[in-house]
Amino acid sequence: MKLAKNILYMALPLAMAAVPSLASAQSLLNVSYDPTREFYREYNAAFEAHWKAEGHGPVRLESSHGGSGSQARAVIDGLDAQVVTLALAGDIDAIANATDKIPADWQSRLPHGSAPYTSTIVFLVREGNPKGIRDWGDLVQDGVEVITPNPKTSGAARWSYLAAWAWAERNGQDPAGFVGNLYKHVPVLDSGARGSTTTFTQRGIGDVLLAWENEAWLALDELGDDQFDIVVPSMSILAEPSVALVEGNADDEAQHALAAEYLQYLYSPEAQALAMKNYYRAWDASAADPEDVARLPALDLVTIADFGGWAKAQPEHFGDGGTFDQIYTAR
Amino acid sequence: MPSMLIRRSAMPGFNLAMGITVTMLSVIVILPIMALLMRGLVWGPAEIWATVSSERVRGALFLSFRLSVLAALFNLVFGVMLAWILVRYRFPGKRLIDAAVDLPFALPTAVAGIALTTLYAPNGLFGGIAADMGLRIAYTQAGIFVALVFVGLPFVTRTVQPVIAEIEHEVEEASASLGASRLTTLRRVILPMLMPAALTGFALALARSVGEYGSVIFIAGNIPNRTEIAPLLIVIRLEEFNYNAAAAIGIAMLLISFLMLFAINLIQIWSRRRIGYV
Repeated sequence: MKLAKNILYMALPLAMAAVPSLASAQSLLNVSYDPTREFYREYNAAFEAHWKAEGHGPVRLESSHGGSGSQARAVIDGLDAQVVTLALAGDIDAIANATDKIPADWQSRLPHGSAPYTSTIVFLVREGNPKGIRDWGDLVQDGVEVITPNPKTSGAARWSYLAAWAWAERNGQDPAGFVGNLYKHVPVLDSGARGSTTTFTQRGIGDVLLAWENEAWLALDELGDDQFDIVVPSMSILAEPSVALVEGNADDEAQHALAAEYLQYLYSPEAQALAMKNYYRAWDASAADPEDVARLPALDLVTIADFGGWAKAQPEHFGDGGTFDQIYTAR
Repeated sequence: MPSMLIRRSAMPGFNLAMGITVTMLSVIVILPIMALLMRGLVWGPAEIWATVSSERVRGALFLSFRLSVLAALFNLVFGVMLAWILVRYRFPGKRLIDAAVDLPFALPTAVAGIALTTLYAPNGLFGGIAADMGLRIAYTQAGIFVALVFVGLPFVTRTVQPVIAEIEHEVEEASASLGASRLTTLRRVILPMLMPAALTGFALALARSVGEYGSVIFIAGNIPNRTEIAPLLIVIRLEEFNYNAAAAIGIAMLLISFLMLFAINLIQIWSRRRIGYV
């Protein structure tokens, strides 16, 4: 009996931790990728106002950020997110495949293939571009150090990898050879885009950072445009960060409705303007500041469809034994 | 006879204490390890071997264990020295330094990693000096070594300190009066007494270094085959949703760690036999 009592006492704190908090406000967790921190901070405030204006009660909106692949894994392992806004469709597919919390046809449920905003990959170089980097081909010059995260864990790195691949293909080079050579110029592989930005800007490593366009602009904003320059290469890739409702994690109808509206509102002119203010290439410029729109130059962009979609590109390039693995095994 | 296997102690409550101990140990230690081994068993030894023997995994395992042994050896030498100074000498600020030894226990490893990276990056305080000499510390294997020394530092010092405090001056004086030189006294009298405790500290520091993740990923370059530690590779495999391969590397680390700790225990038993308990 004594033992049972003791075990009971020990188990009590555990049981208490397991009981969900009975807060009255509705809550929503948005699991997102690395460089969207600033955008979703503003968007959450805007959405909260919108939600209240529609006559609903208070909401508690939370966002979690990290490498896109790690975030997807956290959701697969049970992180209670009602909404995922990840760097690429492939990571949401992974959740849909591994759990039944997201329907297989999620991508067709929202406009523009469930990509409310897009971006691309540009180069961030040190002030004055001392190594004279103008295009993808310049990245493999002798003595150039390239900073990019690990494509296995980072969305930005996968888009960069494919953009480099497409450039090589279009310029008559062997794409696998070119990309392999490119990665020989990488001294640090961080797990996420924000980590790489820190390595490049704060630690002073590398000559060029392959960055999300919005992340590159953000770096200029935060750290001063007298330290870094943005170089727009001759071509890049249309990066389509995707969003989806995690149906299986919505506790009830009310939370489901909240999550659905949270995603739908991303397509409103106000939210699209907010995305452009945060250097994303959004679809609807009607409410945006013309200055914000003009900052993002028209660019020759390949799309993931040119690679046969993520269902094909993911295993071919980033799966176990894919082209990326071969770079580090064949030496 | 069977009841003789457990020697009755004067302390009451053996059954209760034993019950709680076994339960806690099962829930916290044995169950997770069993789950790991089960995962590997279900997947099959051939697949595990194929994963572990691939060049990249071998590289990561070798790197992790090699740098951990080096860091633990470094800590063995300097940890004993530090403990000696803290016990035997009086100097201003002694209590402060004594307290600072525990900091690596308390500091979140990520904080330690970022702080070390800031210091040792080419634009940092020490990294800048190294860069002038043409050396790079952060983002190389040297950086990993620095981080592992940091996290393992307290173990040797804290295990050896009480033993040094127990050694009486008379022992050294007796040794000297019998004609031993200072070096002989150190080698034949002091060090053998410290051996078992120092080895325990070494084993703890080694175990801690092998499993260290938080601080190392910031200061390592994470380049496969060069600066990618095994725990990071496990996380990368998880993020590729390749749970089996992650478990395989985990099992490999578990086995190697077990063998190494077992070997250290044997050495300890041997050294105790030779010089007796301290």
